This record gives sequence, C-alpha cells and structure tokens, in this order.
Amino acid sequence: MSTSTLQTSRGRDQQPPPPPPPPPPSGGALRRTSDWARRAPLLPALVFTIIVTQLPFVVTLVVSFMDWNAYYPDERGFAGFGNYADVLTDVNMRRAILVTVILTVVVVLVSLLLGLGIALLLDRKFRGRGIVRTMMITPFLVVPVAAALLWKHALFNPEYGLLNGTLTGIWRLFGSDNAPQPDWITAAPLVAVEVALIWQWTPFMMLILLAGLQSRPLDVIEAARIDGASTWQIFRYMTFPHLRRYLELGGLLGSIYIVQNFDAVFTITSGGLGTANLPYVIYQTFYQAHDYGRASAAGVVVVIGTIAIATLALRTVSTLFQEENAR
Amino acid sequence: MSSITDVAPVPATRTAQGEPRRARKPRSGALLGVAAWLIGFLFVVPVLWMVLTSFHSEEDAATNPPSLFAPLTVDGYREFFGVGTGTNPWPSLANSMTASVVSTVIVLLLAIPAAYALSIKPVRKWTDVMFFFLSTRMLPIVAGLLPIYLFAQFTGLLDNIWLLIVLYTAMNLPIAVWMMRSFLAEVPVEMLEAASMDGASLVRTLRSVVAPVVLPGIAATSLICFIFSWNELLLARTLTGTVAQTAPVYLTGFVTSQGLFLAQVCAAAFVVSLPVLIAGFAAQDKLVQGLSLGAVK
Repeated sequence: MSTSTLQTSRGRDQQPPPPPPPPPPSGGALRRTSDWARRAPLLPALVFTIIVTQLPFVVTLVVSFMDWNAYYPDERGFAGFGNYADVLTDVNMRRAILVTVILTVVVVLVSLLLGLGIALLLDRKFRGRGIVRTMMITPFLVVPVAAALLWKHALFNPEYGLLNGTLTGIWRLFGSDNAPQPDWITAAPLVAVEVALIWQWTPFMMLILLAGLQSRPLDVIEAARIDGASTWQIFRYMTFPHLRRYLELGGLLGSIYIVQNFDAVFTITSGGLGTANLPYVIYQTFYQAHDYGRASAAGVVVVIGTIAIATLALRTVSTLFQEENAR
Repeated sequence: MSSITDVAPVPATRTAQGEPRRARKPRSGALLGVAAWLIGFLFVVPVLWMVLTSFHSEEDAATNPPSLFAPLTVDGYREFFGVGTGTNPWPSLANSMTASVVSTVIVLLLAIPAAYALSIKPVRKWTDVMFFFLSTRMLPIVAGLLPIYLFAQFTGLLDNIWLLIVLYTAMNLPIAVWMMRSFLAEVPVEMLEAASMDGASLVRTLRSVVAPVVLPGIAATSLICFIFSWNELLLARTLTGTVAQTAPVYLTGFVTSQGLFLAQVCAAAFVVSLPVLIAGFAAQDKLVQGLSLGAVK
C-alpha cells in the first residue's frame, strides 16, 4: 500500500520502486554481531527442533535401505530398494495405503461438510447459541483413546451398545420385539472407525469455519441484502469465496492429523477386519515383527504421502499468513 | 481485503420479493435454531451417555434397551481407582500430568524467545524459518519412531518420562512458535520504543505494554500444547512400560486386562478426559486460535 502511494506521488515516469537497499557493505563485524544478537533467541528452539525431529528421520531414511531385523541381528546389511519393493508389493501394505487414503478422504470431507453446515447454523442468532456451541465442541475434548473406547464399547456394542439399545427401544414403542441388532463393527469396520473420527473432527472443522464466518465484512453483506440479494446468492458469491481459505485450512490441517491417526484404528478394531492404516502397520511391523528395515521404508512412504499434502497445506497457510501480514 | 473486491456483483434489483422473505424470516429462523439444538444434542449424546453409564452399576449399564433411570452409583469410579480390583491409575495420571505440564512449560520457554526473533526484531528470512518449523509438525511421528526407540534403548531412556517430555516438546514447539509469533506481532513496537525513551523500566514496559497482548496468547498456546500432549498415544505406547506409562496407555491396557466392564470403562474414559474437558471449556475462544495456529483470531 505505502509503496504504491509513494510511486504515484513521485510521478509516472518513475521506474518501479527500487529493491530495498542492500545492507551496508562496511562494518561487517559489527553487523555480524547484531545479526547474531537477533538470531540468538531463535537458536535454542531451532537447534532443539532439528535434533529431535530431523535427525531421527535421517536415520529412518538410512535404515530403510538396510536389511535389519531385530530377530536376526547378524544379518544386517545393505538392501538397496528391497524394502521399498517389499512395501509396495506386499498385499497388506498396499491395502494399508488404500485404507489410509480412504480413511483420510472420507473423514476430512464429511467432517468439513458437516462442520460447514453446523457453522452456518451457529452463525445465526438464536436462543442458547452459546450452549449449543459448547455441546458441539465437547466431542473434540474427549481424549481420542477414550472416544474410541466409548464408541467401541458403549455405542457400537451389539448386545448393550446405545445404538442397538435405541433400536430396541424404538421397536418396543411400536409393539415389536424383534428389532434389528446389527454388529456394527463387524458389519462395516472401516465405516465404524470413520464415524468415530468424524464425530471427533466435525467440531474442529466447525470451529475454524465459524471463525471464518464471523470474520466476514458484515456491512457489505448487509448492503447486498438490502439490494435484494437472496440468501443463496450471498452464500455463493460472498460467503463461500471468503470461506474458501478457511475450508482449505481446515481440510489440510485435518488431513495431516488423520493421515497419522493411530488411536482409533488401534482401539476400535486393533487393525483387524481390513482397517489397518499405514501408521498402524508400521507400528506393527516394528513393534511385533521387529523388521526395522521394512518399517522404515513404510515410514518413508508415509512421509512422501504427507509431504504431498503438506506442500498444499503450507501454501494455504502461507496465503492466510501473507494476508494477515498485509493488514 | 481481497475477499471484498473478489465478490461478484450481486444483481441490485430492488424487487418486492425482498419483503415477503423478510416477513417469513422469524419462523424459518426459529426452525433453524431448533435444528442447531438438535444437531448439538446429537453430538453431545455419546459424551452424556458415557457420563451417565459411568454412574450406573455394571448390570444396569449392560441392558438392552438402555436403562436411563437406573439408580446412580459411584462403583465404576471406585473400581477404576482400585477399590477391590487392585488397579491403580494414579501413577499414569501423574505421569500424564507431568509430561503435559513440563513439556508445555519448556515449549513456552523455547517458543517465546523464538517468536520474538521472528516478529518484534525479525531475523532475515524469518518466513523461511516459520515454514521450516511448521513442516516439522507435518512429518508423521511414526516415521521417526524407530530411531527414537533405538536411541532410547541404547541410552536406557526407555520407560522414562523425560523422553516423552522431550518428544512432546518437539511435537508442540512448531505450533507454539506459530501461535506466539502471531500474538507478538500485535505488540505495538512504537510503544516499546517510546517507553524505553521515556526511561520506563523493563519490568514496567513488560507489564503495561507487552503483557496485555501476550498473556492471552500464552494462555491459548499452553492450552493447545497441554491438550495435544495429554492425548498422545503412539509415542507413549511404544516408548513407555510400567513405570512411565501415561493415562491413554493405561486406558488401552485397562480394557484388555480387565475384560469388559462397561460402567468402569466409561468412568475411566471420563476421568482421563476430564482435564482436557475442563481446560477446553474454560478457554473455548482460545481453542480456535490454537487449532488454526494463530491464523484465525
């Protein structure tokens, strides 16, 4: 903003504004000292992060090219791409990759859509809005393992879970004693995991989208309404474009967490019935089979998948970020 | 700003259509309010059911259809806390509390100076540094699990709560740096300079200029770091045993070792979730700032 006003005041013949002046070439020592004084507060956090998060990954990368099974310590050696070939040709691994993709996409999309609908409802004024908002947040505040246990035992259980209990109750109401009593987890194991995760993540999406809705410029919307724009037009042409970045942010942050999900799969199905996702399989390969080389190769595959999502995520966050800085 | 200019022009037809719609509004508004209540209730039912079941006896908890009005009892809690069962959840709850609180404190000690160097007196290329921090949070934990395990085994740090503290610190540091930077960026720098020129002492400057902006940020950051540490399962499950196990690990082992006692499971789930529920309810507005890394205020 300031550069453009500056430019017009100087006249049109002026070239585009010069790049910021290069730092003075002289006084290097002094500048270096002040540079380091600026960097000093940053260094502890930076060094800590590099050591704890980057070093292990480098080791994983190295081990992924090695033959290394803890049960056969003498046969350690270089495996080339052998582990990767194993990972990518193994039926279980391929299945795990597929499950991870399905789980992530379904959970993120459904909770985004539900979250959007609920955020739109909560953006209106009505009696008890604060209470409804609090009720909506609650699922997100249940510890993930506890939530998974709750769904598995208290809700999905075929004999005394709340779902089948409710079915029995409704059927009794109409004088029937043979209500359907499906075994939810066995009948649709992946859906069961997805439902539990959607229940936890919809509040997350809802919170981000509600914040997005509430940051809309209300005066412009009011003006449009006075000019006769319909609710749908306002949503389509004003609310939705404004919300797009929040949708992207919610979707991508959600993906990053759900790609890594371990708690729900571990607790609800123990990876059985075709629900083992990559984090679970890696945990199993490493914890039970002690095949370090393969577990590492699988880990690298997850990282590559995550980097694809993360690159998108970073781009989205960076546009939000620049917008904030431009303000 | 762009969001306003991007908006396609809305046809400015001032028709009579607008009037009846406005007249209809109160009723549809009430309906939508009811819908919001219904959906909110649906989402909270599993939690309410968990709490109700936890106060029922095992026999009443396992009926079909559910016995909503069964007499209340605290047997589930008594058993969870070891009356007559010999189990003792306190060490794991204490471990979780230690790991969450200590790692949150260390995160703040590291993140606040870093955020200062990224906002108030920014280093060159500070945006690159920010994105480096964020990218580390996106690296799946499971990918680094094996080296961490081997390192811990080698140094004898397996089943040691300090290992978890260090890892939780690394896990939450990027989020904390992002959040704290977004708050520190709001500190009025001119006022800092003015204060120092007027000879205000450092303490006074901190108290009257910096604190009002930064304290809410510290609260939001702590809340998020606490919740993420408290919830973590994969690292805790892999790297701790009997000594340093955290509450989520205790929960997973609890069911398999005890068989199924629904009321007791619900009591356990509720007790373990309680700190997060309390923290989250107490700081609802902070939650969204944290979840969006400070991008949404």
